[in-house]
Amino acid sequence: MFRFITSRLLQSLLALFLVITATFFMIRFVPGGPFTAEKAVTPEILRNLEAHYGLDRPLWRQYLDYLVSLGRGDLGPSFKYPNRTVNEIIGDKLPVSAELGALALAFALVIGITLGTLAAVYRNTWIDYVASTFGMMGISIPTFVVGPLLVLGLAIHLGWFNASGWYGPADRVLPAIVLGFAYAAPVSRLTRGGMLEILGQDFIRTARAKGASELRIITRHALRGGLLPVVSFLGPAVAGILTGSFVIETIFQIPGIGREFVNSAFNRDYTLVLGTVILYAVLIMALNLVVDIVQAWMNPKVRLEE
Amino acid sequence: MLRPLTSALALLLLGLAAGCGRPANPPVTPASGPAAAAAPAKGGPMIWRVGNGAEPQDLDPHIVTGVPEHKILMALFEGLLSENPQDLSPEPGIAERWEISPDGLTYTFHLRAGAQWSDGVPITSTTFVRSYQRMLTPALGAEYASMLHHVRNAKAYNEGKLTDFSQVGFKAVGERTLRVTLNQRTPFLLKMIATHYSWYPVPIHVIEKFGGLARKGTAWTRKENFVGNGPFILKDWKPQQVLLAARNPRFWDHARVRLDEIHFFAVENQDSEERMFRTGQLDLTNELPVAKIDVYRKEFPESLRIDPYLGLYFYRFNVERPPLNDKRVRRALALAVDRESLVKNVTRGGQIPAFSVSYPGTAGYAPTAKLTGKVEEARQLLAAAGFPGGQGFPKLELLYNTSQNHRLVAEAIQQMWRRQLGIDIGLRNEEWKVYLDTTDARKFDLQRGGWIADYVDPHSFLEIWTSDNLNNDTGFKNADYDRLFAKALAAPDDTARYAVYQEMDALLVEELPVIPIYHYTRVVAMNPRVQGVYPTLLDNHPYKYVWLRDAAR
Repeated sequence: MFRFITSRLLQSLLALFLVITATFFMIRFVPGGPFTAEKAVTPEILRNLEAHYGLDRPLWRQYLDYLVSLGRGDLGPSFKYPNRTVNEIIGDKLPVSAELGALALAFALVIGITLGTLAAVYRNTWIDYVASTFGMMGISIPTFVVGPLLVLGLAIHLGWFNASGWYGPADRVLPAIVLGFAYAAPVSRLTRGGMLEILGQDFIRTARAKGASELRIITRHALRGGLLPVVSFLGPAVAGILTGSFVIETIFQIPGIGREFVNSAFNRDYTLVLGTVILYAVLIMALNLVVDIVQAWMNPKVRLEE
Repeated sequence: MLRPLTSALALLLLGLAAGCGRPANPPVTPASGPAAAAAPAKGGPMIWRVGNGAEPQDLDPHIVTGVPEHKILMALFEGLLSENPQDLSPEPGIAERWEISPDGLTYTFHLRAGAQWSDGVPITSTTFVRSYQRMLTPALGAEYASMLHHVRNAKAYNEGKLTDFSQVGFKAVGERTLRVTLNQRTPFLLKMIATHYSWYPVPIHVIEKFGGLARKGTAWTRKENFVGNGPFILKDWKPQQVLLAARNPRFWDHARVRLDEIHFFAVENQDSEERMFRTGQLDLTNELPVAKIDVYRKEFPESLRIDPYLGLYFYRFNVERPPLNDKRVRRALALAVDRESLVKNVTRGGQIPAFSVSYPGTAGYAPTAKLTGKVEEARQLLAAAGFPGGQGFPKLELLYNTSQNHRLVAEAIQQMWRRQLGIDIGLRNEEWKVYLDTTDARKFDLQRGGWIADYVDPHSFLEIWTSDNLNNDTGFKNADYDRLFAKALAAPDDTARYAVYQEMDALLVEELPVIPIYHYTRVVAMNPRVQGVYPTLLDNHPYKYVWLRDAAR
């Protein structure tokens, strides 16, 4: 176990280094820069600007400088928002996205697992069809359609919520439902599949033969194995959901990190692009590690080997 | 079971979607619920809630470059001069009066007694001199420093060729007297000072405490440190949400200010913004989606606001690439564009068809030369240039930045060229910064361009087409045009200057380095209770004159 974790950490560190290096150079070779603007500035002013940010130094030198400051945990200043550092921007916005993500995830898991389990237990009945329809809708109707529809119905027509914003607890409801809906669908389908496989296995038949109630069979015996596909889905999904959704944050005007992923690239905000990429990479690696450990605990057939 | 369920769902979705086309609640009277709770009750503080586009980059007038920042800085700062609410002409600001020397090269500003920062520190002529010195300091790398380059030696100092600031044309003659000396006559200088934030003073005494004058992005613009001198002070700033500005009791003209607070909402998405307007979260939007314009015309004409805007939508030619180096080809392409049909059917926001580069009615100037001619003439010109009926015309491309609206305009014009002239122009879209890079390198045949004036003066549009202007980007170099440009600046008064501009506009319509397409409008939704917002050509609305009907005060 210990050997497994240290070896995985070392691998992750190497992968992270490669991600940083590739991102650093790729973003530099994209046409346009942080100061490319419609109203052209004189070459002298552009030189002053580049000197101010150290962009006039050779690229390899900038790369080494970046790695050194990264080693100190400093992600540098933002080009687009000069009075904020990348550390601050992430520090301000990640918690917002994480809060929304946690709420959406809770919604997705409760709805998704319940529907998936019901669908598996009552397979090929109307319950299964309702759950499957829900799953298909969640997968095929994009959030940018669901979001505005809910706003139109619940905020504009009924006046129950603000159309957008992130001020009070009521402002959390619509975005969490819309984002959760998109994740509930695959969770319910994966749960259904996993449960169907487990429910057909010998140990379930044994439990039934011993006279265990159906509820007990599902909650005590089947779910642990039936949720395995959901758990492996959740690793990357949690990383994605915690780091925010560009679409949801744009529709609902939420000050989360999801918009920065996209906008920083449009703005050629080199340091912010790197900061968000590093954040995402670290989260994915950490969560995949957690998933492997959880899976070993849930499924006796999986062993943590190298 | 499956069938009734899905049809029920389909009905539900249809029902919701049917509501799309027609807002349910008239925005004038917000419905009950949280939206109504957010609206100020009668007798409460007078709060104006404004959709302000993108998140402001910073609040330092020497650093920022965008429109959303400008809108906020107009509340938080005031320069030597301020703007008239109806036509934006210069009015007294921190300077209560001013004189211009007969040769037009020296401006003397007399500052009012008692002008002070929001922390009570007095504003003197030295404050202005040191502010301008900071703006021009090479190490600060201020992008809009060129706005001050009209001042004697300012450019040399900004480029590091001169290190002694006492040789630059800003002088504090007395504590309340500022003298500005120029390189050459600059007839629009006062308009520029009144309108553009690069001329605002900055609180040197505060900036010095936070890392010095030559550093960008220090903590002085944080809400806990910020000091300004405008009609409003910074009350709170929640990045990517809202910025709150409250009345500044230390503002010299505070008795005139009627609003208690302005809330600037950072809303980038037009559709979200429009929904916020409909729930009563906003009194004024930054934009209105094109698809909503007709809905508002029919349902809420009192909330639809269309104002002229001093901007030109145009297509640049790369005049060095054949066959576009032939004036006849350029004229044929320009004449084949049906502008009336374009603004009526495609842009739909009351835009004004453009037959000249200058806007008819810019500070009393209206160009007489107009691009006119029948499609017949266009066909003949094309034939004379060697492409009868479009035969043999090479495959050219029109470059535009990725956007739904630009694509629609480009497709319509592409169609007009195909139908009227028989030529086929390809369309190419690029992401914004890639497109800017391509434009700058002039790697295009035709390019979509736009230009918004910085101040209300015809100079704004005419200076771009001089040979060495960095925004020209067409390859158009014309010695006559450059000569006229210099002549206009030297003109003794505006009558003489505008006469020269007539010649310049005529020359542009003759040479056509660009195809003028339409003059912009600002299309927004505004709650009719908002008062004191006039159509001002630049969409600047000096906030001390704005107030809300049916609210206290």
